[in-house]
Amino acid sequence: MENNNNNNNNNNNNKNEISRRNFFKIAGTTAVGTTAAIYGCKPDNKSSMTGGSADEVPTDKMTYRINPNTGDKVSLLGYGCMRWPLRQKADGNGEEIDQDAVNELVDYAIAHGVNYFDTSPVYVRGWSETATGIALKRHPRDKFFIATKMSNFSDPSRQASIDMYNNSFKVLQVDYCDYYLMHNIGPGEGIATFRKRFIDNGILDFLIEERKAGRIRNLGWSFHGDVKVFDYVLAMDVKWDFCQIQLNYQDWQHANSVKNVRVKNVNAEYLYGELVKHKVPAVVMEPLLGGRLARIPSQALSLMREVRPESSAAQWAFRYAGTPENVLTSLSGMVYIEHLQENIRTHAPLVPLNEQEYKTLDKVTEILIDSDYIQCTECQYCMPCPYGLDIPGTFGHYNRCVSAGKILKNANDENYKKARREFLIGYDRSVPKLRQANHCTNCNKCEPKCPQRVEIANEMQRVDLYAERLKQNLDF
Amino acid sequence: MLKNFRLIAAALFFLLTTLLFLDFTGVIHQWFGWLAKIQLIPALLATNVIMITAIVILTLFFGRIYCSVICPLGVLQDGVSHLAGRIKGKKNRFRFVPAKSWLRYGILVLFFIAFVAEVSVFVSVLDPYAAYGRVASNFFSPLYRQGNNLLAFFAEKIDSYSFYSTEVWIKGWITFGVAVITLFTVGFLAWYNGRTYCNTICPVGAFLGFLSRFALLKLTVNREKCTECRRCERNCKASCINVSTMNIDHSRCVGCFNCTKACQSDAIQYTFPKAADKNQNTDKNIPVTIKNNLNSLSRRGIIFLLVTLFFTKTLKAQQKLQGDGGLATIEDKKIPNRKTPIVPPGALGVKNMKTHCTACQLCVSACPNNVLRPSEKLATLMQPEMSFERGYCRLECTECSQVCPAGAIKPITRAEKTAISIGSPVFIKEKCIVNIDKIQCNVCERHCPTGAITRVDSEPNNKNNTLKIPVVNKELCIGCGACEHLCPARPFSAIYIEGNLRHHSS
Repeated sequence: MENNNNNNNNNNNNKNEISRRNFFKIAGTTAVGTTAAIYGCKPDNKSSMTGGSADEVPTDKMTYRINPNTGDKVSLLGYGCMRWPLRQKADGNGEEIDQDAVNELVDYAIAHGVNYFDTSPVYVRGWSETATGIALKRHPRDKFFIATKMSNFSDPSRQASIDMYNNSFKVLQVDYCDYYLMHNIGPGEGIATFRKRFIDNGILDFLIEERKAGRIRNLGWSFHGDVKVFDYVLAMDVKWDFCQIQLNYQDWQHANSVKNVRVKNVNAEYLYGELVKHKVPAVVMEPLLGGRLARIPSQALSLMREVRPESSAAQWAFRYAGTPENVLTSLSGMVYIEHLQENIRTHAPLVPLNEQEYKTLDKVTEILIDSDYIQCTECQYCMPCPYGLDIPGTFGHYNRCVSAGKILKNANDENYKKARREFLIGYDRSVPKLRQANHCTNCNKCEPKCPQRVEIANEMQRVDLYAERLKQNLDF
Repeated sequence: MLKNFRLIAAALFFLLTTLLFLDFTGVIHQWFGWLAKIQLIPALLATNVIMITAIVILTLFFGRIYCSVICPLGVLQDGVSHLAGRIKGKKNRFRFVPAKSWLRYGILVLFFIAFVAEVSVFVSVLDPYAAYGRVASNFFSPLYRQGNNLLAFFAEKIDSYSFYSTEVWIKGWITFGVAVITLFTVGFLAWYNGRTYCNTICPVGAFLGFLSRFALLKLTVNREKCTECRRCERNCKASCINVSTMNIDHSRCVGCFNCTKACQSDAIQYTFPKAADKNQNTDKNIPVTIKNNLNSLSRRGIIFLLVTLFFTKTLKAQQKLQGDGGLATIEDKKIPNRKTPIVPPGALGVKNMKTHCTACQLCVSACPNNVLRPSEKLATLMQPEMSFERGYCRLECTECSQVCPAGAIKPITRAEKTAISIGSPVFIKEKCIVNIDKIQCNVCERHCPTGAITRVDSEPNNKNNTLKIPVVNKELCIGCGACEHLCPARPFSAIYIEGNLRHHSS
């Protein structure tokens, strides 16, 4: 993501008196801004941020939305705790959460007005709640809202679910939970799966009791997939305090236009409309589609740049997600402080989109829909693959190459040699050979876990076929 | 003058020949692949009459120039010897030693018998080119690749695609051991006594030495000019100049011209012996430096190599948790017990490989798919064979067939390769994950380039079981190993390739 544009502005605004140091500072940030705009098939979109910008991130301008049920003043930028930074263990034996980095990020977020933290017992291989708990414990309890979930996918039995519930409180080190969600409703067998997870085992009743007891302040659910389940749950005779939906400009009207997904996602326009009707505040997830909307193809980016030369694609996406009034908060899983800084700037305060900007995003969406993207947000729900493949890594590499305009349409492309080399070398860099798409067994164990309903096995084969064509120098 | 010329030529040949073993992109081979083909033993094995004749004529004209310039093991020894002189700070450190003719000709005879009787181990251990090849591919190549990987690491940091990293692994421990022993023996002898190895053990040296007795151009001593200062004798790394008798043993002289340069009274001439004094004499030599420091790498290199190997242990995944994310551990594949070794397309079959290969490891170094490795069986020791734990024999690649200097792997085209069957598949039902994990899997079928694998109902009579298992058509299989490599069953694949004794068209 690019974080530097505001930065440039700030620098440019007070350049009445250009000292030599300032000159370099401006020159430096401009250069970084320019390079950051050129995406490649990079394994990661680590962007660099320079020059004293930390001071320029406002601490007191965050946009807040009021939760009509509790009066909570929730920051419009919410912290998704699904992608905490990892580091190698000291003994070299595997990875662990980089707790120091997490603490740093959380401190920074709270200091700049972010107060909503969304986690789950299954995030980051099951380590997220603990790490989030440790970081938040260092702050007064009334400075933050915590959201966690009932993620009883693998074992929906009553006992296991209640154990999971109690454990969340333990590792988060809290005695009440501000926002509690039934996690990821909709996938699997639709309503049947929902009933199995929450009705037949009495867990929903249990949660309602807990709300009465004050241990849950707001009860809601997060939704992906089958719209019948959405309608069914929303119509239940339960007072829902909030609901978490996927909302971004691609999913607003085109959730069902994307290719290569098994069940089409539901248009956010519908979901949001229903929530407004039922007076349920919306929490937005995937405002960036796992970062994909921050790395859009260059022709789409230039459409944006024509309207707002200094705005990044990520900023547009957040402004889109945050503009509707019924949105309580937009969640973003920020791994790098630079992302956090940029997102705080976007939300402090959030400038709503105007008509012209909406029109621009329509055009951008058209480009996205026509692109060759795999609809993966790299959420890791499909992982670990039992045969050791790195599914999000593989798709991530492919999508980055799509964004960079480096997927070849045919072998006669003038960029063939260069794009071939970059794709293949970049592939090996992003994903170890044994974890690449050609090892996919097609077993389909992953597909039911995918909230985006990507036809994972087919898409893996698509990537494999593409890589094979390049490796064999085939005509296509 | 002559010496400088020799130095430059030797350095060039040595460097480029070494590069053949280092380069893994195939570019060097395109231009300098011929360098391996002008080596005597590979030429003999390939029955490359033109090249053999050329070497014989070269020797009959100029003496053992081959040993000084073309043979990489010889140049390696010169390098070591020079380094020894530098470190010991001694000039004039050689002296005349009588020839151990019984030993070298004895070995030559044994070598000849082994050659005819196809005792390939004996041949390949003694072939100086192959011996150097093993040293280069076991020591220099991993270092080179590690260096490349370092560059690739930095390239990645700056989003450059100029370098890509490559796997570094010891392909066969026996071959590695033989290379260590070779390097140690040759290095030791060179360190203390210059070209001893070439004049006592090397069969090529013995053969060419025999020829060079009759060479037209020879180094001769002009008795009138000679002051018997013995510089030449003390600088002859072949220890073949005897000033006391004014004799030069031409069968041992490798034509390095150290003596001509050493002689201060211009008493040694490279000339037609008849024109000079009938008696063979010599003067003095002052050895000059051999500007070849390449080999100084080796000791430090080995330590570095071992350290880097230790750290490059392939990445292993971790954890088993109820949460999302993370990577499942992938167990290493093990080599199945193949009854017949698989040899690459172009090799025609196991026998042709055995009788022609000199085990120089050039193909092993060149294989970009990590398929070729030296055999560990006695009969074919160190000769290449294929296995598919790290990759498979990709259809678009004919690298090994292009580089082989000995005719063990004949050149083939991509088109020809698709029609050569080097092995046939064996399917082990009990290991197939469809049967073990009760899931569907089509990896082998999907990747078979010839459609030799199809899938059928695993239980045709059980309507509830829709799972399919592979069946193989041996007629269509070319033995590329895609199925074996990609098969998710670990450590042993459920489908593996058994070599064909003689390759046939599919």
